[in-house]
Amino acid sequence: MHYLTIKNNQPVPVSDIPEISYNAFLILNTGMVVETAGRHCVNYFGYPEGEKILLICCIADDDEHVIYISSSVVDIHSELHSFTAKQLCFEKFEREIHENYGVQYSDHPWLKPVRYAHDRFDKTNVISNYPFYSIDSEELHEVGVGPIHAGIIEPGHFRFICNGEQILHLEIQLGYQHRGIEKLFLAEKPLNQLATLAENIAGDTTVGHSVAFAQVWESLTGFEPGRDIDYARTIALELERIAIHTGDLSAVCTDIAYQLGSSVFGRLRTPIINFLQEWCGNRLSKGLIRPGLNRYPLTSELAKRLTVVLDTFEPDFTEMNKELFNMPSALSRFERTGVVSTEDASAIGAVGMTARASGVVRDTRVSHPHCLYSELDHKPIVKRHGDVYSRVTIRKKEVFQSIKYIRALLENVPEVPELQSSSILKTPCADLFTISLVEGWRGEICHCAITGSNGKLIHYKIKDPSFHNWMALALSVRNNEISDFPICNKSFNLSYSGHDL
Amino acid sequence: MLSVLLIVIAAIFFTGIIIRTKSLASGRKGPAILQPVRDVIRLFRKGVVYSETTSFVFQIAPTIYFASVIMAMLVVPFGQSRGVLSFNGDFIFFAYVLALGKFFTIIAAMDTGSSFEGMGASREALYSMFAEPAFFILMGSLALLSGHTSFHEIFAALHIGSQISYALAALATFVLLMISMIESSRMPIDDPKTHLELTMIHEVMILDNSGFDLGLIFTAGYIKFAIYGALIVNLFIGVIPYEYAIPSFFAIQFVMAVSIGLIESFMARFRMNHNPQFIVALTSVSLLIFFGVLLILQKFM
Repeated sequence: MHYLTIKNNQPVPVSDIPEISYNAFLILNTGMVVETAGRHCVNYFGYPEGEKILLICCIADDDEHVIYISSSVVDIHSELHSFTAKQLCFEKFEREIHENYGVQYSDHPWLKPVRYAHDRFDKTNVISNYPFYSIDSEELHEVGVGPIHAGIIEPGHFRFICNGEQILHLEIQLGYQHRGIEKLFLAEKPLNQLATLAENIAGDTTVGHSVAFAQVWESLTGFEPGRDIDYARTIALELERIAIHTGDLSAVCTDIAYQLGSSVFGRLRTPIINFLQEWCGNRLSKGLIRPGLNRYPLTSELAKRLTVVLDTFEPDFTEMNKELFNMPSALSRFERTGVVSTEDASAIGAVGMTARASGVVRDTRVSHPHCLYSELDHKPIVKRHGDVYSRVTIRKKEVFQSIKYIRALLENVPEVPELQSSSILKTPCADLFTISLVEGWRGEICHCAITGSNGKLIHYKIKDPSFHNWMALALSVRNNEISDFPICNKSFNLSYSGHDL
Repeated sequence: MLSVLLIVIAAIFFTGIIIRTKSLASGRKGPAILQPVRDVIRLFRKGVVYSETTSFVFQIAPTIYFASVIMAMLVVPFGQSRGVLSFNGDFIFFAYVLALGKFFTIIAAMDTGSSFEGMGASREALYSMFAEPAFFILMGSLALLSGHTSFHEIFAALHIGSQISYALAALATFVLLMISMIESSRMPIDDPKTHLELTMIHEVMILDNSGFDLGLIFTAGYIKFAIYGALIVNLFIGVIPYEYAIPSFFAIQFVMAVSIGLIESFMARFRMNHNPQFIVALTSVSLLIFFGVLLILQKFM
């Protein structure tokens, strides 16, 4: 066997991961991805050991519900053949390895900086001289947007090449939000601070990322979360999904200048996040999820309260959707705008609702179940067309689905055991590797960790769903009108900080 | 003179009423009716910041734009009272003095060298170009019907007709209302509220304007709206005595502002490539008016 087969959240000794020659590694992983549609790369990263780099590639198999881990050691100065030349979905990962450690690829088609990490290999690469793709032409013109955003969201630079109103090409340059979060995980910090750090990887996916971190930590320390902990996490994940999807529906309505939808969906988001505040004291659920602990158990009183919140939310949400999806002027903006084809979505390894809108069934809740999802009999919602309409419809339907799941879960509120001491969680076991996949509202979140011989974290790798999906946005706007870019962008609503880390 | 007074009064309230309608329709209280005027007064007290890449064109454009709108306002009559200026063919003067102002805002936008403003300028030029035939076919038909070529005489003669002339007036109202939406960059052509430069038309052209210049542009915009409202009112009031005509002027302006507010609340903006189709469709409505006039005049044998 050239690879190790593990389950989601299953810790394995680092020495158990088979180490193979780079060529075999390349053939194995690129080959695995094409074999069945259910396989995709969830993480591929390097861990530097002196002049050598340990490359670890994790391929998830959605049909078999397992993850294949393989590794290879290469010299830092070696020039390698790229995975990307065979399979596009490795593109960002290899750019990252190249940027951080200076590994050269002989046949990578797009070897550009990803996020300008502080300790990057080539410090002469600075954010102000990103090598943009350009076309020398009298007819075409370039439009640069950002990095300062017109609204209140995060910074990123978008360079369009347009033929009049039509977009031919979009290149997205990120990195302005880089905070070195992965390195901060390695600093010796109390567990609570690490959990807070995880909450702030992407502000709109607080629950998703903190659940992923909690699972990584628990699997490293050998802690089995009790039912009440998983229960609270599942409900928090679904509430986050409802809140963000509703907020995004409001934002999409703002971008098509539909005022009624904008204000009604905006209002509907409030009771959901207000419930989160009642639950844990923070509307964005910061502080709610902690490794090994159930700081804020979902009591039966809170469960009753949540039922009331959902009972008042659902009819209004249904009515507003009826208005929106029956309005010709809105539909004419949504339909056939920003199409990502099924082939493109699967080639670039799109995840989450972006992939599902293009007909690629990719949902960690069913393929690598965590928390209580194995009990829920989750059926992913899939649309075929990959346009803005598909993505908006998926948001609408997922909100209803989440409400259904929460209602089902609320029928049996688990007993909360006496608060256990979390001292067992203080130090992870030595020389372990673990991977945690969580389906956040945006899609698959992947956290990987490696511990050293003293049980300290020596490598932490985060992959936000935005990492893959930014490319989907760049592809979706091709041949669209430039005035439709904002609505395409909002239909994905990708994270800048989740990408930049 | 009367028309100028009425237009200015209407302009003071018009935009505020639109904004208030939109606020109420979305369940908010909304700013005071006079807030747009206060904003303009605040802007008039401020200095102007000019971009280093711009030339004198950018600096004179807001003034020319403002002046062009004022000139256009002067030729608009009110019922039996003439505009300050009134001469044969003044409706052509009206259209082209507005176009002159627009030409200067367009080249001023190009002058900034910003890619956004260039896009906005090209959109504005395209849409105005499409809207022009609609206006001229409309006014030409009315001139043909009444046998006169100045606003005042056309409108004064218009009421003396059969009922079919009122039907024509209704169609003309629609055309003028839509032209005013296009000219003032309101929905469903343009979204005045958006913060997204890529989807803007008019707003993006004035991104670099500030202070006093911006105040002039806003004021001109408010007045322009009221001017078109006044034209619509003129279609109906004819020689009605002032005690009825003046209240109905304000009533019609009010209804127009409220309906614009409602349209903007309950529908989405058009996709940009549907705009030209929509605007060209206005020309066909104008053509309907033209054929209606030919029918009335029995030009068809």
